[in-house]
Amino acid sequence: MRAQFVLSEIGVGLRRNLTMTFAVIVSVALSLALFGGALLMREQVSTMKDYWYDKVNVSIFLCNKTDASTSPKCAKGAVTKQQREQIQADLKKMDIVENVIHETAEEAFKHYKEQYGDTAIASVITPDQMQESIRVKLKDPEKYKVVATAFAGRDGIESVQDQRSILETLFNMMRSVNYAAVALMLLMLVIALMLIINTVRVSAFSRRRETGIMRLVGASSFYIQMPFIMEAAFSGLIGGAFACVLLVAGRYFLVDHGLNLAEQMPLVNFIGWDVVLAQLPLVIVIGLLMPSVAAFIALRKYLKV
Amino acid sequence: MIRFDNVSKSYPKQNRPALREVSLEIEKGEFVFLVGSSGSGKSTFLRLLLREERASTGQVHVLGKDLARLSNWKVPHMRRQLGTVFQDFRLLPNKTVAQNVAFAQEVIGKPRGEIRKAVPQVLDLVGLGGKEDRMPGELSGGEQQRVAIARAFVNRPMLLIADEPTGNLDPQTSVGIMKLLDRINRTGTTVVMATHDQNIVDQMRKRVIELEKGRLVRDQARGVYGYQH
Repeated sequence: MRAQFVLSEIGVGLRRNLTMTFAVIVSVALSLALFGGALLMREQVSTMKDYWYDKVNVSIFLCNKTDASTSPKCAKGAVTKQQREQIQADLKKMDIVENVIHETAEEAFKHYKEQYGDTAIASVITPDQMQESIRVKLKDPEKYKVVATAFAGRDGIESVQDQRSILETLFNMMRSVNYAAVALMLLMLVIALMLIINTVRVSAFSRRRETGIMRLVGASSFYIQMPFIMEAAFSGLIGGAFACVLLVAGRYFLVDHGLNLAEQMPLVNFIGWDVVLAQLPLVIVIGLLMPSVAAFIALRKYLKV
Repeated sequence: MIRFDNVSKSYPKQNRPALREVSLEIEKGEFVFLVGSSGSGKSTFLRLLLREERASTGQVHVLGKDLARLSNWKVPHMRRQLGTVFQDFRLLPNKTVAQNVAFAQEVIGKPRGEIRKAVPQVLDLVGLGGKEDRMPGELSGGEQQRVAIARAFVNRPMLLIADEPTGNLDPQTSVGIMKLLDRINRTGTTVVMATHDQNIVDQMRKRVIELEKGRLVRDQARGVYGYQH
């Protein structure tokens, strides 16, 4: 099989269906960009969940030395060992509690560093600024209120937090945006597939003379089908490349510039470039494979070999 | 070379079968005319040889292979040993004469050096030496058919199948084409030619197979076209 011969056949085919090729590229690019966006959104959600997010339901933050001067609830000073042990013992007595974990300030510092890494905030934090806490796993997460009313206001306790309430609204919102993106992606995908099938049909028809002659002189079906599949793969590859550009541009304008969310929401840990770049090969591969498979299936129907 | 055993072929949505219980044998090196009025089953006969269709019942053997048992992916290899020529030439209009002939070798992956040698050779054989770079549109009908024959013959097939190769040509040009096919036949290639051309069949005096409404009605060595057609 001669590469030059095959390549020139592909070039002719793509030029012949220029508008259709363009439509395929755009729809593949959009569907893949949405697909990549949905993936990135999922990554974003998991970056935002802290160490304890999936492990516990209630966090009881204990007063430390700095809190004693800043927080009115800690007016009586930092938590004592006795107070802490009393809280733990009381928690273990409650039958809605499944598990109680004590996190020291050092551990809190370690987890914080793991999540935020080298960000500006993480670099100024020191271990003694971190709060000691008691993390509680409930048998039924809905029973948060029981723990809250029992412990809020006790000496040595700075606050009792329903672990999920803070992020859950945001996550719910992101989840619905994600669903919308996936739904739109599926729609674009269907459009892309129909365009590819139609392109194959048109180009199989306009090239029926060549393919007929190929068949007569004994070209293998693979050889006859290859230019069509390569055409689809080529449009898919270009579409995939466009999708990658859209994703990179998306992160750039949302986080770094344009909307500049990194500066406006300093407490949120945004996904880094490495996460974005890690998705790109997958986007490209799907961009290559999906149209090729669609073309192959379409050929079985429209091209006699 | 070719053997039909009780071959019938019916198409869906047609009451009458296109071929009915045809049995015959064609030996290597023979020149055979296939005659019969339109709708007699000539085209179906040729399509079965090329395995464009499969027989409904009976067995078709071509080049020693039972075509019913030949798996789809082996069909291209079988076709490489056949050459085909049609009434409408079937040339690629955007390729030169030499490119059209070379196409038959390119698609089966022949090395370039071999193609460069074989193409001028076969063009000389069909009498088109020096017209390698002309486009098919610039050639007369007879010359175009010679290009098609060159393409069919360039891979040195064992069997040449011609479906009314002179159907679009005037009588004088037809004689030239027949001489060429005769020459190809003398190199040992079996030729099966479907035709309506009474003069040619009567002049050549080769074996004649006549079909009528799908039945084999005459198989005559050194035959003529027929009686009242």
